[in-house]
Amino acid sequence: MAESEFCPEKDELIRSIDYRPPDKPWMETKPVFKKGTYCFAAREKHLAYLGFPNPREWEVGAEDWQLPENWKEIFIAGMEDRLKRFRSFRLFMDICVRCGACADKCHFFIGGGDPKNMPVLRAELLRSIYRRYFTWPGKILGKLVGARDLDYDVLKEIFYYAFQCTECRRCSVFCPYGIDTCEITMMARELLVSLGCHVAWTIEPVANCQRTGNHLGIMPHAFKETFDFLTDDIYDVTGIKIETPINQKGADILFVAPSGDYFGTEGTYTCEGYLILFEYLRRKYGLTYTWSAYAGEGGNFGMFTSNEAQKRLSAKIYAEAKRLGVKWIIGGECGHMWRDKHQYMDTMNGPADFLEEPVNPITGTKFENAKSTKMIHICEFTADLIRHGKLDLDPSRNDHLIVTFHDSCNPARAMGLFEEPRYIIRNVCNNFYEMPENTIREKTFCCSGGAGVGSDEFMEMRMRGGICRANAVKYVHDKYGVNRLLCICAIDRATLAAMMEYWVPEVDVGGIHELVANALVFPGEKSRDTDLRGLPLKKPIKGREEGEMEE
Amino acid sequence: MSFNLAFYFSFFVVLGLIGIALLGVAGAKLYVVFGVVIPYLSVVIFFAGMIYRVFKWASSPVPFKIPTTCGQQKSLPWIKYSRLESPFTTFDVVLRMLLEVLFFRSLFRNVRVEIRKGGPKVIYWSNKWLWLGAILFHYSFLIVLIRHLRFFTTPVWSFVRLIESVDGFLQVTLPGLYISGIVLLVATVALLLRRVFVPTLRYISLTSDYFPLFLIIGIALTGIIMRYIYKVDIVSVKELTMGLVTFHPKIPEGIGSIFYVHLFLVSVLFAYFPFSKLVHMAGVFLSPTRNMPNNNRAVRHINPWNPPVEVHTYEEWEEEFKDKIKAVGLPLEKEE
Repeated sequence: MAESEFCPEKDELIRSIDYRPPDKPWMETKPVFKKGTYCFAAREKHLAYLGFPNPREWEVGAEDWQLPENWKEIFIAGMEDRLKRFRSFRLFMDICVRCGACADKCHFFIGGGDPKNMPVLRAELLRSIYRRYFTWPGKILGKLVGARDLDYDVLKEIFYYAFQCTECRRCSVFCPYGIDTCEITMMARELLVSLGCHVAWTIEPVANCQRTGNHLGIMPHAFKETFDFLTDDIYDVTGIKIETPINQKGADILFVAPSGDYFGTEGTYTCEGYLILFEYLRRKYGLTYTWSAYAGEGGNFGMFTSNEAQKRLSAKIYAEAKRLGVKWIIGGECGHMWRDKHQYMDTMNGPADFLEEPVNPITGTKFENAKSTKMIHICEFTADLIRHGKLDLDPSRNDHLIVTFHDSCNPARAMGLFEEPRYIIRNVCNNFYEMPENTIREKTFCCSGGAGVGSDEFMEMRMRGGICRANAVKYVHDKYGVNRLLCICAIDRATLAAMMEYWVPEVDVGGIHELVANALVFPGEKSRDTDLRGLPLKKPIKGREEGEMEE
Repeated sequence: MSFNLAFYFSFFVVLGLIGIALLGVAGAKLYVVFGVVIPYLSVVIFFAGMIYRVFKWASSPVPFKIPTTCGQQKSLPWIKYSRLESPFTTFDVVLRMLLEVLFFRSLFRNVRVEIRKGGPKVIYWSNKWLWLGAILFHYSFLIVLIRHLRFFTTPVWSFVRLIESVDGFLQVTLPGLYISGIVLLVATVALLLRRVFVPTLRYISLTSDYFPLFLIIGIALTGIIMRYIYKVDIVSVKELTMGLVTFHPKIPEGIGSIFYVHLFLVSVLFAYFPFSKLVHMAGVFLSPTRNMPNNNRAVRHINPWNPPVEVHTYEEWEEEFKDKIKAVGLPLEKEE
């Protein structure tokens, strides 16, 4: 349950929402590290494994953070370096006019009212330091022009709010200059990690991924066993025997999914969906593909840490594609993964000239939009297959589900993937209702657990940040009886589940490819009356009976 | 910075500036300083400062292509993509930027949100007041600026005359009332009141937010006063401005002090411009979330400082886990 020492009850939480700013000016208020509103500190061993500076055991709630002696110099020098390397950073420090358009666009502000969660003010925390050390009016006039010294409390404040931003870019949609708080948060987090100040829920996955090839630290044998377990599950329900190629050379396609899909509770059904789809394509069209245990992670928590960490992790995918000799790559349903793969991976680790421009071998479609990266989204792939009539789908097999679709932040605002998933949903199920327009597409709300803050100890903020999304889900639940919230993000599937449990317990959460697999009419499937989750179907499926010949 | 300090400080600084100009001209008779030296200086500072600013921004590279996409990407041929919200080509980007710069498209999107307790129920409504205020403010300012070209051109350019006649079509006062001047004043005051009375905005506002508003109000007021109330000798003013623009500065007799106050405030605005948030005028064109195409996967973006990083290689991975890999029958590169 979400309610715990880290999260108050619903009524109490709602009562405490207060948009009146304090009487004291913001420069004079300090953050209160209250349980439920901050994530725990990154552990020494994980920072050390990654070779990141200043690894140590420390507590976010403690008075003394055991910073290195010269922390201020490190921070300021780091800022100077980044101002020189990122135009976005320098520009966004300079041009904000504090018009306030972004103020009520942040889910954390809406659900809590802490004025420093207005994107403008969250950015001002760093901007005030920028003015003080890098502009001459700030050097001379100080507070009068919104400049202030960097001190211990200011650093703590920057930490507190850099980890109360989920880098969702919603504010950036509404900013007249496109100022993107995500960029500013990324810079703040890079500076913080240079002092060894980061959160466990981000750094541990980074260290795990660096070592084992996935965020969860699943080692290769367990990786294989996980898939055996999933395919056994599928066999039990559907009677379909699945082949799971792992680290196979010579396949056409490398498939990379977020580890949350093969290891998270709600995620595994999505993963089963991928497995069934690829098995179908293998049997019917001879498609060859492979998973990789070395590059077993589509997500990239490095993105929430630093450019360096991000590049290190996403490098593995091209390296593995090259080693295995595949033609091109498909990526699974994941949110920030697609910001990494769409906007960063090619720049960081390309050019991928050892791969071929992606062509769907079944439909002949050239994915021109991915001709450089050579990596496409599974929704693009599946939508293309459906469009060409290559899948035998019976949407009535999902009639027990009434669904709505949550656009995940990054596919929405850093990629523009809106129609492909909707096209698939409309073709695999009969009951699809959109949430109100101000809560979907580019205006979608974050699950409040993105950017590496989806931990249980952050639960109060997650539930606060979830009010808008949950309310929209509740609206379609009340109006149309929606009982399944679909999304194409592994973090969503984990964090929205908790959010639904807290705010709209009648609705569960799942991925799109779970529904694709439900609807797929598979040669060799057996008679059954449940879906992959064991939920009863409206109309039982008539397939082969137990004991009949297998294909 | 408390509200009181930020607000009153800005207010009194602008009052002080007016005082300085009055004392300097009506008291100390420093016509050359206020009529020639300061205007020239401020223009130099403006241009030098803006060039410095833009150069400084441009000197930092754009390492990643990071457009904020607000519409459908270009992907499969049968899915219509949104040119304006998810531009794919340079032409699309130009369109997006034009809408942004000319019509403040992102601001137009503004949606306010409110949580009604009990339920809770979340309500959204479109809110275009800020957009309206901003549009009125910027366009009236632009028209006022263009109208002022009549002081710097002989003969006056025809499009300036055209804009004047449209702007003054009401013909209610003598000299004819210009709508733009009044709109500018009203919009600026509205933007100021917004900052004062919306609690969250008041909380985030700095001296550097109030000061330019007071300054512009001062400029608009002095302009309106000298046109309609304490009229100054327009012929002499034009003599002065033409002198400035042809680099043969001279100070004609008998221009009222109010003119010098107006000119001084304008000079301060020009000089202040490059060192303040007002640089958003130039900066908006450089914003990487708006001025880059969403063709990331089709056209590779080059990061000029893309440093090599330490990657945990497949070989290292296999070496560490080879027993485990073997145990479950996954293939190995190095068979023993």
